[in-house]
Amino acid sequence: MIRLKVNGKERTFDGDPDMPLLWYLRDVASLTGTKFGCGMSLCGACTVHQNGEAIRSCSTAMKELTGSEITTIEGIAPLHPSEPTPGSPGAPALHPVQKAWMEIRVPQCGYCQTGQIMQVIAMLKDNKNPSDDDIDVAMSGNLCRCGTYQRVRAAIHVAAKEMAAHGSAASDVTTEEPA
Amino acid sequence: MRIVENVSRRGFLQGAIVSGVFILSARFVPERLWAAEGEAAAAAFDPTLWMSIAADGTVTIVAHRSEMGCGSRTALPLVVADELDADWPRVKIEQATGDPKYGDQDTDGSHSVRSSFDLMRQVGATGRAMLITAAAAEWNVPAKECSTEPHFVVHRATGRKLGYGELATAAAKLPVPNKEALHYKSREEWRYIGKESNALFDLPDMVTGKAIFGMDAAMPGMVYASVEHPPVLGQKIKSYDDKAALKVAGVQKTIVMETVTPPHLFKPLGGVAVIGDNTWATFKGRKALKIEWGSSPHSSYNSGPYRKTLEETSHKPGKVVRNIGDVDAEFAKSAQAGTKIIEAEYYTPHLAHVSMEPPVAVAEYRDGKVQAWAPTQNPQAVQDTVAPALGIKKEDVTCHVTLLGGGFGRKSKPDQVAEAAILSKQLGKPVKVVWTREDDIHFDFFHSVAAMYMKAAVGEDGKPTAWLQRTVYPPIASTFDASAVYADDEMGLGWNNLPFDIPNHRAENGPADYHVRIGWLRSVANIYHAFAIHSFADELAHQANKDSVEYLLQLIGPDRIVKLDLKGDEAEDDKTYPVDTARWRRVVEIAAHNSGWGKRAMGKGHGLGIAAHRSFLTYVATVVEVEVDAKGQVHIPNVWTAVDAGTIVSPDNIRNQFEGAAVFGTSLALFGEITATNGAIDQSNFNNFQITRMNRAPRYVDVEIVKSDAPPAGVGEPGVPPFAPALCNAVFAATGKRVRELPLSKTKLV
Repeated sequence: MIRLKVNGKERTFDGDPDMPLLWYLRDVASLTGTKFGCGMSLCGACTVHQNGEAIRSCSTAMKELTGSEITTIEGIAPLHPSEPTPGSPGAPALHPVQKAWMEIRVPQCGYCQTGQIMQVIAMLKDNKNPSDDDIDVAMSGNLCRCGTYQRVRAAIHVAAKEMAAHGSAASDVTTEEPA
Repeated sequence: MRIVENVSRRGFLQGAIVSGVFILSARFVPERLWAAEGEAAAAAFDPTLWMSIAADGTVTIVAHRSEMGCGSRTALPLVVADELDADWPRVKIEQATGDPKYGDQDTDGSHSVRSSFDLMRQVGATGRAMLITAAAAEWNVPAKECSTEPHFVVHRATGRKLGYGELATAAAKLPVPNKEALHYKSREEWRYIGKESNALFDLPDMVTGKAIFGMDAAMPGMVYASVEHPPVLGQKIKSYDDKAALKVAGVQKTIVMETVTPPHLFKPLGGVAVIGDNTWATFKGRKALKIEWGSSPHSSYNSGPYRKTLEETSHKPGKVVRNIGDVDAEFAKSAQAGTKIIEAEYYTPHLAHVSMEPPVAVAEYRDGKVQAWAPTQNPQAVQDTVAPALGIKKEDVTCHVTLLGGGFGRKSKPDQVAEAAILSKQLGKPVKVVWTREDDIHFDFFHSVAAMYMKAAVGEDGKPTAWLQRTVYPPIASTFDASAVYADDEMGLGWNNLPFDIPNHRAENGPADYHVRIGWLRSVANIYHAFAIHSFADELAHQANKDSVEYLLQLIGPDRIVKLDLKGDEAEDDKTYPVDTARWRRVVEIAAHNSGWGKRAMGKGHGLGIAAHRSFLTYVATVVEVEVDAKGQVHIPNVWTAVDAGTIVSPDNIRNQFEGAAVFGTSLALFGEITATNGAIDQSNFNNFQITRMNRAPRYVDVEIVKSDAPPAGVGEPGVPPFAPALCNAVFAATGKRVRELPLSKTKLV
């Protein structure tokens, strides 16, 4: 039996201990915001946080996660099920990185973007004002076939500025999932 | 389950007038679709398809094209909303299932806006006219005294207003006005079309992880499946042992699937399916399978020898697809006079699509009918593929379209959906088929490998007096007809329509056999055609000691409409979108100007290159700046692109498309290469089939969109073709090394 926390909620798992976290999240926990892209840590679409650090969930087995706190895209901003459309008037606050993604209109197809966002949040925790070269180093493990890198970079600068202006409290928010 | 709830059909689509809901029941049939060939185009449209207004004012607009990142799902409803004068935040989008009643639903060929713009305007204008009529009746005033503001009809004289929701019930009872009686907004009155404020409808869901892609589809009681396909096209199973696979936790059983026979169409490849409780179990189970494969006619396919065959063919006369003047006579004259004749050969390899979301589908067969959920560019192709695979009627296949995690042409081909349906029929429950990245790369419908031969005779002014271009590659047609060796369908993709101002000009196509499934990839044959043409143009410029931009403008020649001798759809396009060299010249001038061409001192190892290509009826010029470092590695600090796509809907999204095209172009220019050994594909994942990562991507891409009132043209694909030749021309400017094959890594730069 493996015990871990996902987005603040206690969970147990007694399936194949070799199962990568990705497939636990998607097929068992129905948290599908984390994406499958390569299965070999080559593309970053599956990026989540383990104890606040970015990891590739496709290559992290459940047996390595006992006692870990996992945060997925579903857990980075407070969720209010009664207000289902973030970004619309009166909607709940998004994480500053998500807001920057909206402002710069980063996504094309959108598939890799949750992984990009999770990688950025982890990067900005350690480097509050990254240079373009810092961004290259931190983000080159996250592939985007649509080619949105220029906007990813621009949105990172916007988010960093916003977080510097308003403190970084929002960067570590994890809340209970809605029932 | 989540997806069933998310995309369930609402009342209005069932065709009845529900109290309080205004169903637009006009008969909207674009004339071109009637006139076009093909089952989908010729079938009658259900008249109640496109939009509804509920009593609370919610406007629901049907998107009949897929969202794969190009913005079609947002752009078309925006056009309806504009003519309807709807308030965009009160618009919901309903994704259409696959059905010929919507006309052509294939989201490819950069033609969603181009083909549906007029129809969408008509839908909106009809709704607006009926709402105005309803309000005028309510106030007992002439309709011409009424106008609209977002979501309201207004009586100008008295300032009275009625909301669209309040008018919905009355409007629904009115006769539908004739197309001829409709009033359309002037361009100045457009609220959404062409405006910077337009953002993707699905943007909020995309940044929160709530967006439902094919990978996220689920049905109650479904099982998972992963298929071990024959490594070589057409191989049959000699023997297999699944004992170890069945011992893997979560694996339920294995099922043998029939090996595909030509024509391959979009039929499943065959192999052994592993069925399990979750995706991981099926992947693990597959690794434990032991399969002995038989031979295939394609087992002798090796990329090295095959290249030689293509190149040999390119040295022989081929099928003539465009002919002006007499190239042979001019070459003979030139040889006699001893003037310059220049020849060059170009080669580009197979490519894989590698959309970030690998192929995936959920399907349930029950009582002779199939419900499928798929990230497909073409839900009607799903119907056409699944129905014969199961021996059922096309109309008994319902295809629900999810968001697509990229498509690039791969997701027009729904072989994985048929796999899910076939397995569901055998298992009696819904099945989710998930392809691995390795499956995606090994079993793609590949972009063709191609060899091009170019020859020009050059006059004293350096301009060509004769130009011969010959191209050879296995055609896409081979996927539909195994005997096809000529690329008739690809000739319009930058080969039979090159409007250079050259008196003697011949374009040819030589035959080639296929050994893998060939398909279309973002901008298709334009990629290698543009690479050969615009690299060669730059070679001629250099030979003539001329500036590349100046020379390109000379090749384009004086402003004129170029008559092309085309047939079928291409001829139709040529009427609405004649080749206008003034528009071509303008994008060249803008891109050159924005890049500071000729005005900047380029440092050591730096260079600028240009290419300009018209594809999908859009004119694009791209200037690439490269820096080649001491190790010979290419960096791209800047790209400048100028685009004339006619009338546009969402400028910011179009800039995003062209920024992305520069990255896509970088991938195929620097890294992309698929090869085969004994019929099996050598590459397998992003380690050995690399695409551009952020640190190798162009650092800054500038996109200028030319203002134009011309009819809308394509935007998803046309940014790709000029990129590789512009990049390689820049490499030449920086290093003096001419790149004649892709990827660039094959050419030693230092």
